[in-house]
Amino acid sequence: MKATRVGYWRADSVEAALGALRSAAGSAQLLAGGQSLVASLNLRLADETNLIDINGLTELEGVSDEGDRIRVGALTRHRTLETAPLVASSAPALAEAAVLIAHAAIRTRGTLGGSLAYADPAAELPACMVALEADIVARSADDRRRIPAESFFEGLFQTALAEDEMIEAVEVPKAGPLERQVVLELARRSGDYAMVGLVLRADVEGHALARSRIAYFGLGAVPVLARGAMSALEAGDLDAAVAALAQDLDPPSDLHASAEYRLHLAGVLLRRAVARARAEGGST
Amino acid sequence: MNAEGMFRRQVEVALTVNGEPVEARVDAGKHLVDFLRLDLGLTGSHAGCEHGVCGACTIRVNGEIVRGCLVLTAQLDGAEVWTVEGVSETGEMRALQDAFVQRNALQCGFCTPGMLFAAAELVERGGRPSREEIREHMSGNYCRCTGYEAIIDAIEQVTSDQEGAR
Repeated sequence: MKATRVGYWRADSVEAALGALRSAAGSAQLLAGGQSLVASLNLRLADETNLIDINGLTELEGVSDEGDRIRVGALTRHRTLETAPLVASSAPALAEAAVLIAHAAIRTRGTLGGSLAYADPAAELPACMVALEADIVARSADDRRRIPAESFFEGLFQTALAEDEMIEAVEVPKAGPLERQVVLELARRSGDYAMVGLVLRADVEGHALARSRIAYFGLGAVPVLARGAMSALEAGDLDAAVAALAQDLDPPSDLHASAEYRLHLAGVLLRRAVARARAEGGST
Repeated sequence: MNAEGMFRRQVEVALTVNGEPVEARVDAGKHLVDFLRLDLGLTGSHAGCEHGVCGACTIRVNGEIVRGCLVLTAQLDGAEVWTVEGVSETGEMRALQDAFVQRNALQCGFCTPGMLFAAAELVERGGRPSREEIREHMSGNYCRCTGYEAIIDAIEQVTSDQEGAR
């Protein structure tokens, strides 16, 4: 199908984009990579709308070293997450997740900020932010604030962003020397949204996992932290961690998979992720 | 700032398509493949699903492959676009095109231009990808005729010839 009537304006600075967003008072939206937004325009899921194109704002793009964190600009393409050495060394989960997003011709356009602001519950990058305890840097015409990822995702396609705010960047703590990060998902077809996926982060020493964080995606309205499983892993009991998932998670049933099947797969992925983290940490 | 006044229903763009400069005034919601097909008469890029799933519209913008249906023409001021017509003329995909013919890697041909652009990216990376890696790389391009094996044969032939020639 073809898009309905669309209004378009190309922003030439972040300040101008934020000014336009505020004065539009909800009648405009930011156009970043467009890989979900343009599809929804073509499908006429989105009503007549005005677009503020931010693709020319190169200051929003790129990865930089900020001491104990890395800063990733909102307009950074998935393809850059796949290939940037600083991502590979400091937040490898982002590189591993990027490869799982759709296909090469979509990853060249799709952006980190776009994925987070869209907040699809089955998307990989929101769960990475939660697992890695990233901060989302939100900016409006007269303010800038840091929102912890855990409180950023509020519901199905809903975030803590106000109507006049945009994501400027995310700040991700650098992985320490013992830290291992694993991203795994199960999808019916390569590149599809996952039925179940997880992001595991832990410090691995010998067989022991410390400071572990497990965020699931595709299992609820927002990325879900599996707190019971996290504390069981801390105690070194993988079987108990898998069992705890029944309390941690409340997966939906839909045409892709039943709740029971998803819960089973969540356990399978947890075992695989822990095995890989231990193997990469030098233990088997 | 007058928010309503700044948004344009029609946008002027100047870009190059297959090396030729093009200036146009386009509807703001018109995606690149419709622009190429309907305004420029370049019908080699195909509009299939129009929501980024099938890969038939895969073309090259500023040196990278994109979904032509998920890029608005309005966004392409200053861009460099290459379609299957352009790369056929320059001959840069000759080896892939010949291999697709030799291996029967197409029947109706609807998916072929997109397949070529996706495959060319893999070929350019060099090396000798396994059939599994080729399959994964091509997983964003649908074909309803061939069952894919012949497409993978054709790409494998080009990547192994390329490596052999080194």
